[in-house]
Amino acid sequence: MGCIPQSNMTTSSVFSSKVLEIDAETVTQGIVKEIREIVFHRLRRRGAVIGLSGGVDSSVTAALCTRALGKDRVLGLCMPEEESSGDSLRLGRVLTAALGIAELIENIGPALEALGCYRRRDEAIRKVIPEYGKGWKSKIVLPNLVDRSAYPLYYVVAQSPTGETRHVRLTADSYLGVVAATNFKQRTRKMLEYYHADRLHYAVAGTPNRLEYAQGFFVKNGDGSADFKPIAHLYKSQVFQLGKYLQVPEEILRRPPTTDTYSLEQSQEEFYFSLPLETMDLCLYARNHDVAAADVAGATGLSVEQVQRAYAMIDSKLTSTKYLHLPPQLMEKVDEVHVGFAG
Amino acid sequence: MQDIAVTVRDFITENFFFGDGVEHFSNDDSFFEKGLVDSVGILTLVEFVREKYTITIEDEDILPENWDSVHRIASFVETKLGSRLVGKGDTNRGVYSAE
Repeated sequence: MGCIPQSNMTTSSVFSSKVLEIDAETVTQGIVKEIREIVFHRLRRRGAVIGLSGGVDSSVTAALCTRALGKDRVLGLCMPEEESSGDSLRLGRVLTAALGIAELIENIGPALEALGCYRRRDEAIRKVIPEYGKGWKSKIVLPNLVDRSAYPLYYVVAQSPTGETRHVRLTADSYLGVVAATNFKQRTRKMLEYYHADRLHYAVAGTPNRLEYAQGFFVKNGDGSADFKPIAHLYKSQVFQLGKYLQVPEEILRRPPTTDTYSLEQSQEEFYFSLPLETMDLCLYARNHDVAAADVAGATGLSVEQVQRAYAMIDSKLTSTKYLHLPPQLMEKVDEVHVGFAG
Repeated sequence: MQDIAVTVRDFITENFFFGDGVEHFSNDDSFFEKGLVDSVGILTLVEFVREKYTITIEDEDILPENWDSVHRIASFVETKLGSRLVGKGDTNRGVYSAE
């Protein structure tokens, strides 16, 4: 792919956030060219569907698709449910207006209710908080894994209708139950994206950035599913640079990244990354380029030990999320299917 | 402690190796370095040990120094059981052997 940004770092330079600086115009041109090639020629589809969350990743993806395919060939889908932030819908609509693309709003709440998403999630939480029920709110959090050597144990933070907050370690059974139930949200959204893609003969654009893609921060066959992923090779701070260049509305660029999956507000940092995203970005880059922990410490304000723990966390996630990236495993290669496909 | 180690190893053999390849895994090998135990794995192990030995496991107990090998877990369990007996004025740890 010709649009992978080149590192600004040389072997003699001091490591800093400058390594993630890109020439936004050149990178945009490269991605736009690739999207046209992929959608029109490789996939042979007429346009693209993008699920919009009101965040920077989906907004930049939509802006890139609009540049590549034309505003009349892009559909922005907003898919709120009762526990998603009102800002997600509002900012999704701000984006479609700014880009001039078609917009559809699909309320996925009734589908989730019918699937038992909320009921099953609440039943799983009740395994560790028996009184959890109607009127309660919750989220899943990880302890800080960078400040001390610890295991990535998940906790549920639950708030009662009277405002009392509980912080309880999940059992494997309850954790898996909560995740399996909430994954209905990402999978229902993806199902609708493919519905509209099928009826319009469009392709589905995925929206993960490099942190999310490499570290497995997605739901298999949910937000991890797509026909192409225009920003999966870009670090989060590079996505922001593209967002500025593409004139994504300022309010979207300023919005703190959120999972928008749980009824209590939950940052990506507390659910998955343990570090602010700009720091995580640098640590991932450094890990990918074998930068010494001491050099990263100087650039991030972390101690050497904290960087080493961040490296260990990155390696651990790379290993534990390999399953998410694997396509269905065949018993033998089926040659006639794979001939002529790039991968 | 040997009984506890055997019990923990059997659990790991069945739940993480699924019966295959465990012969190259020693009781001092690090679960983390072997890529054997992820976040769900550690929760599973903690639940097994908690139920098997009827011990309370606090958040601050769940650290690599207590959980990152078969022997570390056995030692941790033995210490927990020992402190419970000491609390009851009984130092005979043998009554809490695993099997």
